[in-house]
Amino acid sequence: MTKILLASASALVLGTAASAQVVGFSQIGSESGWRAAETTVTQQEAEARGIDLQFSDAQQKQENQIAAVRSFVAQGVDAILLAPVVATGWDAVLEEAKEAEIPVVLLDRMVDSDPSLYLTAVGSDLVHEGEVAGQWLAEQVGEEPCRVVELQGTTGSSPAIDRAQGFRNGIEGHANIEIVQSQTGDFTRAQGKTVMEAFLQAENGGADICALYAHNDDMAVGAIQAIKEAGLKPGEDILVVSIDAVPDIFQAMAAGEANATVELTPNMAGPAFDALQAYWDNGTEPEKFIQTESKLYTQADDPQGEYDRRKGLGY
Amino acid sequence: MNGTGLLRRVAPQLLTLAAVLALVTVFFPSFLSVGLSGDRLVGSPIDVLKRGAPVALLAIGMTLVIATRGIDLSVGAIMAICGASAAFAVDQGWSLGVAVLLALGAGLLCGLWNGFLVAVLGIQPIVATLILMVAGRGIAQLITEGQILTFSDAGFAFLGSGAVLGLPVPAWAWILAGIVVGLVVRRTALGLLIESVGVNLRASRLAGVNSTVLLLTVYMISGLCAALAGLIVTGDIRGADANNAGLWLELDAILAVAIGGTSLLGGRFSILASLIGAMIIQSINTGILLAGFPPEFNLVIKAILVLLILMLQSPRLGDVAAGLLARRRRADETGAAPRPVQEAGR
Repeated sequence: MTKILLASASALVLGTAASAQVVGFSQIGSESGWRAAETTVTQQEAEARGIDLQFSDAQQKQENQIAAVRSFVAQGVDAILLAPVVATGWDAVLEEAKEAEIPVVLLDRMVDSDPSLYLTAVGSDLVHEGEVAGQWLAEQVGEEPCRVVELQGTTGSSPAIDRAQGFRNGIEGHANIEIVQSQTGDFTRAQGKTVMEAFLQAENGGADICALYAHNDDMAVGAIQAIKEAGLKPGEDILVVSIDAVPDIFQAMAAGEANATVELTPNMAGPAFDALQAYWDNGTEPEKFIQTESKLYTQADDPQGEYDRRKGLGY
Repeated sequence: MNGTGLLRRVAPQLLTLAAVLALVTVFFPSFLSVGLSGDRLVGSPIDVLKRGAPVALLAIGMTLVIATRGIDLSVGAIMAICGASAAFAVDQGWSLGVAVLLALGAGLLCGLWNGFLVAVLGIQPIVATLILMVAGRGIAQLITEGQILTFSDAGFAFLGSGAVLGLPVPAWAWILAGIVVGLVVRRTALGLLIESVGVNLRASRLAGVNSTVLLLTVYMISGLCAALAGLIVTGDIRGADANNAGLWLELDAILAVAIGGTSLLGGRFSILASLIGAMIIQSINTGILLAGFPPEFNLVIKAILVLLILMLQSPRLGDVAAGLLARRRRADETGAAPRPVQEAGR
């Protein structure tokens, strides 16, 4: 009897040990609230799937990331998640992982290496995010003439370039929608507010502005305050659409002061783990790029509930 | 300094400000119009007074520090620390008074630290304040735990975006701070002592000036001004953004002092001229936003305008211009006398 119990117990231990996959995750660092949320969600997703996640914070340094990946290879993990801080210089370490037959999945950012060196990359399409925002506005205003002011991201950054292009694609063919002012707000609240004040002055105290498009939510939150201080109602007098879906914009939407946001999901790990599971189970090679959904949230999508769900993620 | 002396001192800055305002008005005709919305004044000039507040406040402290032949690179980071402390306090449910005192105390403490490194340990000011410039943002991030710490305290928000008698609170803050500090340094011997330390530290010390206390004082005033600026920017966006609050503003403050004509080598200073310098910088910033150029041009336009202003104020160029004027006058008086000489030279 004791023998049987012991045997079954050891089988149980062996069983769990065999099924618990070990995945190494090399994160860039905690550069922004979004990235903190990405880390939290990755840990949650791993826990939900019973995956043992080895987390390594690179503090924005590539050499730390390369060292982390090497140590994951040495440990013989089952897979590596990598959010690369820069695009270049990964060939050698990715080849080492390939030789050790450890699949590498890139999260959020791309590398310049040969696609055969990694299993797949999970990321969002920045142009598509802008398109979703533009299409929402085009639908919203219909045939009414609409003068749009745009708060751009940091000049020259890829999100600023792509989200600007995407929005223009989204409103293409709608001659009634015109971007009349466009300036950089550096992705910050304070600059968003400052630049919006100038826009309001330039556009007849804001009376000529029909909508605001901000490249991220933080700038929109700042701009909303500027609109309120100018005596106008954000969300009604001036429509507000932005990108990222951070908790504070849902608070603004719940108060009726913002209209829509396009989500840059922090859940890059979910699709990555799904792809890895299929690969482990029967060797299925996923597509080389898995695009995450750019989901549109409006005031009708329970903004208060979304705020409550997100505020604990570390944004 | 009496009234006309003061006016003569700030005349170049006033003329520059007028020129910048005129230039912006060319690109944006309604720039100078001010209206009334409810009980508060609105318009671009009011925006300039309000948005220029952080740099103007920093410039007050920076002027005194620079007059002692020092420099304070840490003021932007001190803004972030003080804003974060105050936001932390109201987030904890403490009263606004406690939050403000905490922020001002943090500013004084940061100033004391800088002053200690400079005055007691004798570390060069640019290196001494660089330490807090780098570490300060980290401290602020520790306070906010790396997030934008938001709050909804109406009183705190009032500090950043409220209005008294039609004028925004931030504008009141720098105007009143300028008057108070200006009176204190000019109605007492303090200003003279600061200048003497800046001109020759050893001679002042031998003459009996307590330079250690004086240096500690100016860095603490600078820290206090930074604390006020930090409270304003934090109240303005109802959140403490440790990464971005006051970022690079120390450089704008130094620029304001330079445009104000105070030498970076220390000595004579004018707070009023520095404040006008701050308004010149803000007019350029606001003007660029209003003029509707693509954002890629912002920094280049600002740099060119600042270069022009500094060139116009350059003593050497002034000498050359004066020389040319004198030569032309001489030429007018003596007929075409110089010309044949030139032709003969060819």
